[in-house]
Amino acid sequence: MIDQNVLLTEQEMTIWQNELQKEHQKVLFWEAQAKGEERNNFADLRQEIEKQQQRFAKPREIDYLSTVIKLVPSQTLIKNLVMAFLVGGSICLIGQIIYNLFAQGGLGIKEASAATSSLLVFLGALFTGLGYYDELGKVAGAGSIVPITGFANSIVSSALEFKREGYIYGVGARLFNVAGPILVYGTMVSILVGLVYYFAR
Amino acid sequence: MTPNKIGKQTLQFSSAPVITSWASVVGPMEGKGPLGEKYDLVLRDTLAGEKSWEKAEQKMMQYSIELAMEKHDLLPKDLDFYLAGDLLNQITCANFTARFLNIPFLGLYGACSTLAEGLCMAGVFLEGGFAEKMGVSASSHHDTAERQYRTPVELGDQRPMTAQWTVTGSASLIVEKKGNGIKLTHATIGKIIDLGISNAQDLGSAMAPAAFDTIKTHFEDLGRSENDYDLIVTGDLGLLGHGILKELLKEKGISPDKFNDCGIMVYSPEQDTHCGGSGCGCSGVVLTAHLIERLLSGYYHRLLFIGTGALLNSLTSNQGETIPCIAHAVVLESRGE
Repeated sequence: MIDQNVLLTEQEMTIWQNELQKEHQKVLFWEAQAKGEERNNFADLRQEIEKQQQRFAKPREIDYLSTVIKLVPSQTLIKNLVMAFLVGGSICLIGQIIYNLFAQGGLGIKEASAATSSLLVFLGALFTGLGYYDELGKVAGAGSIVPITGFANSIVSSALEFKREGYIYGVGARLFNVAGPILVYGTMVSILVGLVYYFAR
Repeated sequence: MTPNKIGKQTLQFSSAPVITSWASVVGPMEGKGPLGEKYDLVLRDTLAGEKSWEKAEQKMMQYSIELAMEKHDLLPKDLDFYLAGDLLNQITCANFTARFLNIPFLGLYGACSTLAEGLCMAGVFLEGGFAEKMGVSASSHHDTAERQYRTPVELGDQRPMTAQWTVTGSASLIVEKKGNGIKLTHATIGKIIDLGISNAQDLGSAMAPAAFDTIKTHFEDLGRSENDYDLIVTGDLGLLGHGILKELLKEKGISPDKFNDCGIMVYSPEQDTHCGGSGCGCSGVVLTAHLIERLLSGYYHRLLFIGTGALLNSLTSNQGETIPCIAHAVVLESRGE
């Protein structure tokens, strides 16, 4: 047995890999011929060899990863954070202005909120359709994904994308391709939070 | 005995088949890139007047082989066999183009190494005396690739800095037993190399070791070094993958000065693609629009062209599998050697 943590030279690797491969083929052949209980034993042995084959590559992978990490361009984190804050904030500000206008126009709190959400969703959809929202998203990241306009973008972009496969197998089946996980886990978390609130109160 | 195989993985084409004609068709973004003037046809938009991007990509491939044939006064019936591939599921662009051409066809899939794979195979056919004229095509389309491998095109998400931009483009070449053009003298068929990268948004790092392995084997098999070539160009490693390849080469004591990458050449930095271009079309259009012209003009005499492919699909990457990669190399020489 060899030490799995030592970085082998390529030649040593090849020798060991060939050795393991030979063994694997042989055991598989025995397994195919064996019957009953014996067969399971061979299967266990084969799986053990397969694991060894996988473990073998690990040190080389780790060594390579250390080369890669040095060269990976770093994300422009600060810029992204600032842009997300500014754009996300602006979208919320626009939402607030719309809400205030609705409220001034005489709508109640609930109605004004609903109308604001609807209008924002409409705007998100409109700008996705016009092809601007993805340009915004490229700069703003989470700033334009998290607000409700981002939700509209995720649905409308899917609808646009899959329209060509027809309204049933395309739009119908794939409309929630991106938004689906958000809905599933959003709903689940809301239930959990509701339960916690119910019992903690 | 295998008289035409040298060393472990290299094929020698003693009869030196000739690339006699070639053509490239690209999308508008590539047309605005540094090689924009050199492409045969730049589409006005990514739909090319079709109803879907898939149809547009198929048309692109068709146009490129038609242009390559027309330049050399050939018709589909003059070709003995057609080899083609693309990135779509079941390589539909290639299949549909072959339906149009109506000639014997073999579909290829080597992800972004498809064009190099096609040239290897064309060399084998011609050297073996199985054909006189072969057509080779490969294509990729940014929007079809995005929707198949990643997310809807209009979704407002941020691409990571390691990401590459799939080139909208198709390239075709006609390879003949005899004629005027670029000689195809050797091919090195690559092994799958997987060093454990599983990030589908970082294909450059995944593919660099495969390219390195093929280059190293090619040198060993032929007893050549980087000094025997005027340029060694990889397909679509991008900025990051190219940087890693240079590191790997330096470790082996190979000077990386003569190396370049089509993924870097195809877009200008202002086009904000992060790590550069990728896709079958990337290496294809740079080869046909730029590199072959330079071979022809005598600027380069001998060139090593390495197609690099990441053999993943969206299921395997969602299942957390690492990315197996491959690289095939072909040696191209200008006729005046």
